[in-house]
Amino acid sequence: MTTTTDSLRSEGSGAVIGARPAGIFRDLSSIAGRALRAVPRDVTSVVPPVFIALFFFVVNIATLKKVTSSIPHFSYTSFEIATAILLGVTGVSRAPALVLDIQSKYFDRLLLTPVRRTAILVGHMVADVSVAAVLTVPILVLGFILGVRFHGGPLGVLGFIALSSLWSLAFAGFGYAIALKTGNPAAVNSTFLLFFPFLFLTSSYVPRSQLSGWLSTVAKFNPVTYLLGGLRSLEVGGGAVWVPLGQALLAVGIVALISMTLCFAALRGRVKRS
Amino acid sequence: MIEEEMTDHQEPSPHSLGRSNVSEVDAIVTHDLVRHFGDVRAVNGVNIQIPKGEIYGFLGPNGAGKSTMVHMLCTLLAPTGGRATVAGFDVESDPAKVRLRIGVALQEAALDPKQTGSELLSLQGRLYGLKRREIQRRVSELAEMIDLGDFLDRMIGTYSGGMKRRLDLAAALIHNPEIVFLDEPTTGLDPVSRLQVWSEVRRLNQELGITIFLTTQYLEEADELAHRVGIIDDGKIVAEGTPTDLKKAVGSDLILVRVEGDTSDAVAALSTVPGVQNVEAHAGELVITTSTGSATISPVAVALAGTNVVVRELTLRTPTLDDVFLELTGTHIERADAQEESS
Repeated sequence: MTTTTDSLRSEGSGAVIGARPAGIFRDLSSIAGRALRAVPRDVTSVVPPVFIALFFFVVNIATLKKVTSSIPHFSYTSFEIATAILLGVTGVSRAPALVLDIQSKYFDRLLLTPVRRTAILVGHMVADVSVAAVLTVPILVLGFILGVRFHGGPLGVLGFIALSSLWSLAFAGFGYAIALKTGNPAAVNSTFLLFFPFLFLTSSYVPRSQLSGWLSTVAKFNPVTYLLGGLRSLEVGGGAVWVPLGQALLAVGIVALISMTLCFAALRGRVKRS
Repeated sequence: MIEEEMTDHQEPSPHSLGRSNVSEVDAIVTHDLVRHFGDVRAVNGVNIQIPKGEIYGFLGPNGAGKSTMVHMLCTLLAPTGGRATVAGFDVESDPAKVRLRIGVALQEAALDPKQTGSELLSLQGRLYGLKRREIQRRVSELAEMIDLGDFLDRMIGTYSGGMKRRLDLAAALIHNPEIVFLDEPTTGLDPVSRLQVWSEVRRLNQELGITIFLTTQYLEEADELAHRVGIIDDGKIVAEGTPTDLKKAVGSDLILVRVEGDTSDAVAALSTVPGVQNVEAHAGELVITTSTGSATISPVAVALAGTNVVVRELTLRTPTLDDVFLELTGTHIERADAQEESS
């Protein structure tokens, strides 16, 4: 540490440099920017989900394409890309990083600044949505190579990416709730358990009309069923898109309402000073 | 609505006042400050008044309540009772205003290992509302101060403990705070790094007039740096004053005798020695207070030879803050630490 006589108060050029409230957008962009910078330094948080999505996309097509070939006007590749996308983006979040912040006390350092408490959480979520949107790209590219076509054009593709990213955010809320409530990395990893009922008790691999018995009943109440319907409708395009898209948005909205209520309650508990 | 989200975020300018009912000369004031954790009273009715520009040393063993005090004063914890104002604002009702005016380096360097040093400082600057140019200027000034060289552009995870401490201190200073809280800033540092931190603390105070609230368990640190010292034990302030005054209260010279055997006989014999003002026995040690140490040490040795204790060591020295702590609590500060750790 040098002992220069420079003035840290920085009064040399006139105005004194001093703290002031940064504003909500700056708070958000600062927290989101930090979270995004961390992603390429922590590729293990994003590479496995994309690999799993691409792997199951290819394997499922090879396994089930022939089985569904008897269904008229049905392309299994187009059908399956929605599932692949959800496999890729569900559970992708910076919640494990937030737990590390809590454990390393960096979270306390953030609380010592004037940053809005909600911005700490929402900033991470902004980063998550951006990451989820980017993760859909390689899966979509493989889909295009394998023959998937969006009849709704670029708008359909954008809608597909946006809806997938919103779902990713809604699901991430559960991870943040557990992260903020427990501060325990193992507990956050257990969010993975929610992944199974959401993504497998539904029309992930065959059309809903082909499901039978209890699985058909469960799928009826699974919000992912309607999300998949909405995503697949965006591939078809045209006027038929609005009803399934509305149902998909409603389903994502309901899940988001639950997960966001939980994670903001957990944030309140975490920043409570009493 | 998240707690405090609605607190003041519309300040007109940096360091604007707008304070009420507070003294303009006091940086930190507490009135009967209390903090409970369940049945445990970590801080139990603390009253302190720290004028602007002072280095206040808060001294006590582990578990005495030092860190709890810091957490309350820097708005991480709400008091259970009493009141505290920092930079003129109430920590409970105006925490956002307090945060704009303080810098804090907590006991463990609170850093993100996956950012570089300069990224961390820049982010701190953004969160404190500094403009891009202001951040560049401050990072450059602080980089020179903490002397990290090229390491500032490397991941914090690669830093040594001393480098992390220095970066943590820089992060606390990015926004030119009026008051800086340093919670055991040299714990775990090697002697060279410790001296560097001391030098920087002095410079911040002398050149910039920053008020510094320094908690420490190192007696020489409080003695070396603090204008005034508050000694806390079991959540209560047991003594407060300048290091010199506190040591004077113990006596001008101390003769310390490490002994084996029953000390009651020795205490009685020593009390009659000319020049001895006071004799206390503490766990195998006799502490003799005198104003004429060099003249009294020989008669003390002679008196001890006539008792049934075995003298293992006999030393003459001036009082330290540890002697103050011993006088007030009946135990050495280091022993209090050891007891705390073993319990």
